[in-house]
Amino acid sequence: MKRFALALTMVLAVPAFADSDLPAARWANQQLPDARQEAQAKALMEELRCLVCQGQSIADSDAELAGDMRALVRQRIAAGERPEQVRSWLVERYGNWVSYRPPVEPVTWPLWLAPILLLLAGAWLLRKRLVRRRG
Amino acid sequence: MSRLLRFLPLLVLATFVVAVAWRLSRPADEEIRSQLIGQPVPAFALAPALPGRPSLASSDLTSGQPRMINVFASWCVPCIAEAPLLMELKRQGVAIDAVAVRDRPEDVAAFLSRHGDPFDRIGADPESKVQLALGSSGVPESFIVDGRGIIRYQHMGPIEPDDLPVIMREWEAAK
Repeated sequence: MKRFALALTMVLAVPAFADSDLPAARWANQQLPDARQEAQAKALMEELRCLVCQGQSIADSDAELAGDMRALVRQRIAAGERPEQVRSWLVERYGNWVSYRPPVEPVTWPLWLAPILLLLAGAWLLRKRLVRRRG
Repeated sequence: MSRLLRFLPLLVLATFVVAVAWRLSRPADEEIRSQLIGQPVPAFALAPALPGRPSLASSDLTSGQPRMINVFASWCVPCIAEAPLLMELKRQGVAIDAVAVRDRPEDVAAFLSRHGDPFDRIGADPESKVQLALGSSGVPESFIVDGRGIIRYQHMGPIEPDDLPVIMREWEAAK
């Protein structure tokens, strides 16, 4: 019984999320009327990282701040900004961390080079195997 | 060569285990700091968060004297813990303005009457626009802005008693 009660408290426990009572911003969950702009905004949202739930993009996140970031992206794109301008506005404030598309710079060279090196290593191993078989 | 190569998988595994153990023993810093430290406050002008109280605009932050901007919300639980420390900072002479994120006037008024009101100006930021413009990633956060409107310091999370010496030092440095 005690164990059941304990399990019940765990089921009923809710995380202490701090959320406001305010409804989502207008453009947080509403598509832009211009389909081309909406497609641009959506593509950018999938490459921007949510500041609260840090593993998710703002397109995927239910956090309020992610909603406000989606609204910001849509409003700026509707106002005629290019997606890269919106991205760099956010990078200026939060660093490259906020973007899921890492720039090519010395600190990220290993990131871009690793797949090439691994492919080369794989090809080398495969070649050794094939040559041995033939012999 | 092949004898050495035989130990390569073990070496890779050992490296992996060491890397994981190291990261577990000292977790990564998950705070995303604003990149605007040392840069001017972005231009903004907010509506008042409370009727009859002065609102906050970036032009209020170039008065020649440093100011602290507290980003808070009535629905934010850690902000309650921080409230007495903001009162203490005000008592020590820190001039504090506030940005109320995603909030209603009646809720802000109730929060301030319950937990103390150290603020000179309070701006309403219903869509977190100013919060995002400042490079802030949550509530509560506090920024110290010098008299020329340059952001000098960012404190993330609730201010705790241990943080007061650092904040007072940054405040004096911003003068």
